[in-house]
Amino acid sequence: MGIHLYRIDDRLIHGQVVVGWGQPLNARFLILVDDLVASSDWEKELYRMAVPPEMDIYFADVDTAIREHARYAADPRPGILIAGDTESMHRLAKGVRAIGSVNLGGIHHRAGRAEKLRYVFLTPVEEQELRALEASGVEVTAQDVPSARAVPLSEVLEGQSK
Amino acid sequence: MSNGGDSEANNVRAIVIGHGDFSAGLVSAVDQICGMAGRLVGLSMMGLTPEDIETAIRAELARTGAHVIFTDLPAGSATLAARRIVKEDASMVLVSGVNLATLLDFIFNTAVSPSEAARSAADRGKASLIVVERS
Repeated sequence: MGIHLYRIDDRLIHGQVVVGWGQPLNARFLILVDDLVASSDWEKELYRMAVPPEMDIYFADVDTAIREHARYAADPRPGILIAGDTESMHRLAKGVRAIGSVNLGGIHHRAGRAEKLRYVFLTPVEEQELRALEASGVEVTAQDVPSARAVPLSEVLEGQSK
Repeated sequence: MSNGGDSEANNVRAIVIGHGDFSAGLVSAVDQICGMAGRLVGLSMMGLTPEDIETAIRAELARTGAHVIFTDLPAGSATLAARRIVKEDASMVLVSGVNLATLLDFIFNTAVSPSEAARSAADRGKASLIVVERS
């Protein structure tokens, strides 16, 4: 079992993750990798309360997630790992060298980002991080919900699918 | 999306926000049943960052003077944003898992505080969930 989905999503824990992906994957644990959340008891409590009772949630900053990744991956239950931004996932992937694929689930509009898909907006730096991630052997696709088509990174960056 | 202009803002008692067109559907249903959609403001969080969701809710609360936020899923981004608002302002109340029965109870219950009305509405909403099976 272990981690069935590595997802970049700036909303972190929300309906698409807990229900949209959590139900079909039968996810029983979530790993929220975010330096800010991991450093705040209140933020951790906020996200803990958003998770249904049948799911465990673990909080980690990126360095901790790298150290603990083997333990997460060996968990007999199916799980989902979520990072809030491309930089965190890129650091994690470089640190563990064991991530086969990454899902772009939601990176929403803000200043400096350009629209690539309805739910993926990227800065030039974020584009570079994703290219570097894929160049390191990680398959990167965009797919907000399981029933949607997984859009390859090359197609995402062309912006033709938006 | 807003269901009341600024001139009607004083009538608004709550913000409704959820996934997709959830809030628009609920507010529309309230209007069809009792013609009182002006007591609610419906917001969608489609395409918004968590920060934008929180900003949108805060803006509508400030504009209307409402003290109650209804959201759809406990795990939703809107609920998380509303929790942040409630944490900072003890006069605000959040009800997650809203349904039509909840909203109808709330908008008619004007004789009590928003907090009391929200609690009563949540109880009514829970009680409205029934399972009917052929025996």
